[in-house]
Amino acid sequence: MFDDFFTRALVAGIGIAMTAGPLGCFIIWRRMAYFGDTMAHSALLGVALSLLLDINLIVSVFVVASLVAILLLALQRAGTLSADALLGILSHASLSLGLVLLAFMTWVRVDLVGFLFGDILAVSRSDIDAIWGGGVLVLIALVYLWRPLIASTVSEDIAEAEGLSPKRARLYFMLLLALVIAIAMKIVGILLITSLLIIPAATARRWSSSPETMAVMAALIGAAAVVGGLFGSLRFDTPSGPSIVVAALAIFVVSLIPLSRPAGAASERGPS
Amino acid sequence: MLQRKHSDEYLLALDGAGVQRGGRWLVRGVSFEVRRGEIVTMIGPNGSGKSTSARMAIGLMRPNEGEVMTRAGLRVGYVPQKMAIDRTMPLTVERLMSLTGPLTRKEIDAALTETGARHLAKAEVQNLSGGEFQRALLARAIARKPDLLVLDEPVQGVDFSGEIALYELISDIRNRSGCGVLLISHDLHVVMAATDTVICMNGHVCCRGTPEVVSRSAEYQTLFGGRGSTALAFYSHRHDHTHLPDGRVQHQDGSLTDHCHPEDGHHDHDHHDHDHVHGPDCGCGHDHARLVRPAPGGKGGSDVR
Repeated sequence: MFDDFFTRALVAGIGIAMTAGPLGCFIIWRRMAYFGDTMAHSALLGVALSLLLDINLIVSVFVVASLVAILLLALQRAGTLSADALLGILSHASLSLGLVLLAFMTWVRVDLVGFLFGDILAVSRSDIDAIWGGGVLVLIALVYLWRPLIASTVSEDIAEAEGLSPKRARLYFMLLLALVIAIAMKIVGILLITSLLIIPAATARRWSSSPETMAVMAALIGAAAVVGGLFGSLRFDTPSGPSIVVAALAIFVVSLIPLSRPAGAASERGPS
Repeated sequence: MLQRKHSDEYLLALDGAGVQRGGRWLVRGVSFEVRRGEIVTMIGPNGSGKSTSARMAIGLMRPNEGEVMTRAGLRVGYVPQKMAIDRTMPLTVERLMSLTGPLTRKEIDAALTETGARHLAKAEVQNLSGGEFQRALLARAIARKPDLLVLDEPVQGVDFSGEIALYELISDIRNRSGCGVLLISHDLHVVMAATDTVICMNGHVCCRGTPEVVSRSAEYQTLFGGRGSTALAFYSHRHDHTHLPDGRVQHQDGSLTDHCHPEDGHHDHDHHDHDHVHGPDCGCGHDHARLVRPAPGGKGGSDVR
């Protein structure tokens, strides 16, 4: 009953949600929402460079987003401007650079709206391979990095003192984030990737009693949002990315309704 | 309990180590060792470089001068002075325990029971009180059976009787496991009795020694023989220089220097007798809240009231 493109979009979207959910948990635990946004915005510069230099789109976006992340870390360490101001500058500068560069390239015609907000029609068979291949890679790496990442999220000092190399874990985390942005761009679009990272994770908090369950819950909630959003997109002829975000928002709002007490939170408070 | 329990096996040693940030020395000329089975306590006013020295010792800060040597493969258990865990992270005390390495159920239970935090196992760390959180953090640090425990102000938020119990626990752990302990504290009156070596920091190591020496001193006798011990305390040495608000140092001879450095010739470190006994109104300018009140006869924690 589905057109073929729709099945492809579903498979691709679920693949992205499964990887974005666990990574998104770290983004909210580490308060990196704006950081993720900045990396995502730099993806458009990656798109422009990919067209200009005729290289693979995913590779180009991955490289640009990684470089922006490393640049941000270096500038933060230099410490002349606040992290907030730096993020604001890099976020919109890289987005604008990408747009300007694309405008110069009069010989290419790109569907800008598709890149910015996602386009289910654009999902090809090879995109699905990239999404699932990349997604499995991200999840395996995340399992491998789990302990140092959790430990350094709780306390960089403890992680470092007890020999877990938090700085290396953070660098790998940035690379994973860049990879997810590169593969998620086509489905949800550059401007909305961060919401697919954050909203399912924030929703999962309500029903989680450990970091591990929260990561799994975020993946499942993200997948549900993708399914709901894509069906909505088909039904109402709305752009795929915003539809998925609206579906995620709907689940988040439901999670706020106090139907039952949150698992593991106040209810399990020990005597003091 | 003040006999030497430590061996001669060094866990870590600092030699003339110093850290400079933004052109200012946070600490300089820090030399001390921690041996297996030894409890070393660093005391000193805020900003005197206690935490910085400890952070240098365990590799969280790189020294700009001098050397830090640690035994190869040293297993550290660290309780930092402060940490903030985002409320969005669901983290129970139980889960916190295996933060940096896998532990068995039994090990987790044993460590939590030891620190009196067993009943908190299922509680979320963000909901703990200051004292409960410290117990959980201490349990986590000891559960991994470290060679060296580094505790930065481990009794913050713990009430007075809990404080004594915690120090006794630290001493117990040392006796049983033979680990070294590096302790940072600004309230020495309780910790003193369970300490092998005291290091007084004031931008550098300004004095060090065993608490026995301190507790046998004449000032101590005067103090506890005379006016009782309620609000009284004494210093085992005197500070021969004052740190001015602008960062310069005024020495006993009236001279001013930019830094406080042991080798600059202005210090009077051999002169460790005290010039007065502190009372509530002695007007000496010392912060009485931070003064040393050792246990009578050096026995463990028995002067508690």
